[in-house]
Amino acid sequence: MSYAERVLEYYNNPRNAGTLDKSSQHVGTGLVHVSEYVDVVRFQVEVNPVTHVIRDARFKTFGCGSAIACSSIVTEWIKGKTIEEAFRLDHMEIVEALSLPPSKIHSAILTEDAVRAAINDYRVKNGMEPAEEEYEEPADYYDERD
Amino acid sequence: MLQLPVYLDNNATTPLDPRVLETMLPYFTQHFGNASSRHHAYGWAAEAAVDLAREQVAALIGADPKEIIFTSGATEADNLALKGVFEMYADKGNHIITTEIEHKAILDTCRHLEKLGASVTYLKVNHEGMIDLKELESAITAKTILVAVMYANNEIGSINPIREISAVAKRHGVLMMSDITQAAGKIPVNVNKDGIDLAAFSAHKLYGPKGIGALYVRRKSPRVKVTAQMDGGGHERGMRSGTLNVPAIAGFGKACELALQEMEEEGKRLAAMRDKLENALLQLEETYVNGSRTHRLPHVSNISFRYVEGEALLMGFGKEVALSSGSACTSASPEPSYVLKALGLGDDLAHSSLRFGLGRFTTEEEIDYTINAVTATVNRLREISPLWEMFKEGVDMNAIEWSHH
Ligand SMILES: Cc1ncc(COP(=O)(O)O)c(C=O)c1O
Repeated sequence: MSYAERVLEYYNNPRNAGTLDKSSQHVGTGLVHVSEYVDVVRFQVEVNPVTHVIRDARFKTFGCGSAIACSSIVTEWIKGKTIEEAFRLDHMEIVEALSLPPSKIHSAILTEDAVRAAINDYRVKNGMEPAEEEYEEPADYYDERD
Repeated sequence: MLQLPVYLDNNATTPLDPRVLETMLPYFTQHFGNASSRHHAYGWAAEAAVDLAREQVAALIGADPKEIIFTSGATEADNLALKGVFEMYADKGNHIITTEIEHKAILDTCRHLEKLGASVTYLKVNHEGMIDLKELESAITAKTILVAVMYANNEIGSINPIREISAVAKRHGVLMMSDITQAAGKIPVNVNKDGIDLAAFSAHKLYGPKGIGALYVRRKSPRVKVTAQMDGGGHERGMRSGTLNVPAIAGFGKACELALQEMEEEGKRLAAMRDKLENALLQLEETYVNGSRTHRLPHVSNISFRYVEGEALLMGFGKEVALSSGSACTSASPEPSYVLKALGLGDDLAHSSLRFGLGRFTTEEEIDYTINAVTATVNRLREISPLWEMFKEGVDMNAIEWSHH
């Protein structure tokens, strides 16, 4: 197991781990998983209702160290972005920032899904249409296990 | 002073005992001869070392020295046993019975033999890792040539009732093979009392060097033969050719001698420390021991910490404690340990497991340190686990509403 220093850094000192008030009108929550009990990410955003700028973001993640690091780094990135900007987050940016190996790309994809789910939860709560994902062919991220 | 990380992965491999190293050293530079060189002193010295080691290895399992075939390790010995019996006894039949929780060296060899026409039955195990003797008996047919059941499991440490299993095999005139890799040198194994006809093991699991092991092949009642899988100079009674690795064999012998002498006391000491560790970790909520707690190796504990992921745990104390996990978070649909799954564990618990393997050099201080390190990491990761939060709020995990994505 060799992880990039960046992964360890976020894993050891996760930024913005925690919970926002799910019932608040300004909070959107996304809860996604790879398969049941394997990599579960809950991502929350608190949005300024006038500017649609993300004021706060929080995560809780069940999964390996990379999954935790992916969620955490994204909470930092999207604060101060509008929900439209944040929705365009691409998992490959996370992969590059953390130097994830191919076997861990699924963690970045899951984080991307969680962010989008949280934003859409906020949009629907506030009477907007859910934003659409541009469809991309999923990367071939299977690898062998030992 | 504690040397970090604390090593608790002794089921994967063990450190070489310094007394073993000392035994090996002269055979690299001084007595470097080929044990097959019959006409000079270099050869004789090497041969004498091999003869002594063969006696020491045999003594550990109650065998005759002539019944020991040196191999490169348990993997090769498992291969030689299965493939060798399959070829040698082709006239009698093609059916092999084994279990779902064998090491890959057995399972993958069986898969290979299936491609060559073998028929293999993989017996299921119960939640403790035990097979059902009645199922074993009813699986035996006129074509059955071998029953292969491991003595002790490498992931959970469960010990099989080999005597009862071999009695069933014997009753039907079927050969009994056991992978004794995890048991040899840790608990008493006696091929005669246990009714074993073939047994595979590795030196590096019992404080010997890596790359050396043995296959025990019974010579009397019945006389067992295996077809060689490595042809050449006819070493090891023709069953395994290749110049003997004399220093490693000398070390293997010494390691077996030490294990035989120290097994009983060591087992008690390790069991006490293992129980201390296990009981302390079970103080954490939602923590479960996997496999049998009664029929178990004294130095092993496999524990699931629900709502935290095993690989994340390992990363948490990577610099503090060296362990292994039943989780494999390496692909989009990671499959956790097939052994834990075979016990009936759900994916959640299988992914949350850690294997603690104590060893000869484990100290009380290391155990105390490990208890603290593991407890702190489990608590820290549960704080950031959405599943833990939901569990604490009493959310029904089966009724979670996932976001569409
Ligand atoms: C039960 C069992 N069988 C076989 C092996 C293979 O041993 P080696 O890698 O030394 O050949 C191991 C070790 O991983 C084991 O635990």
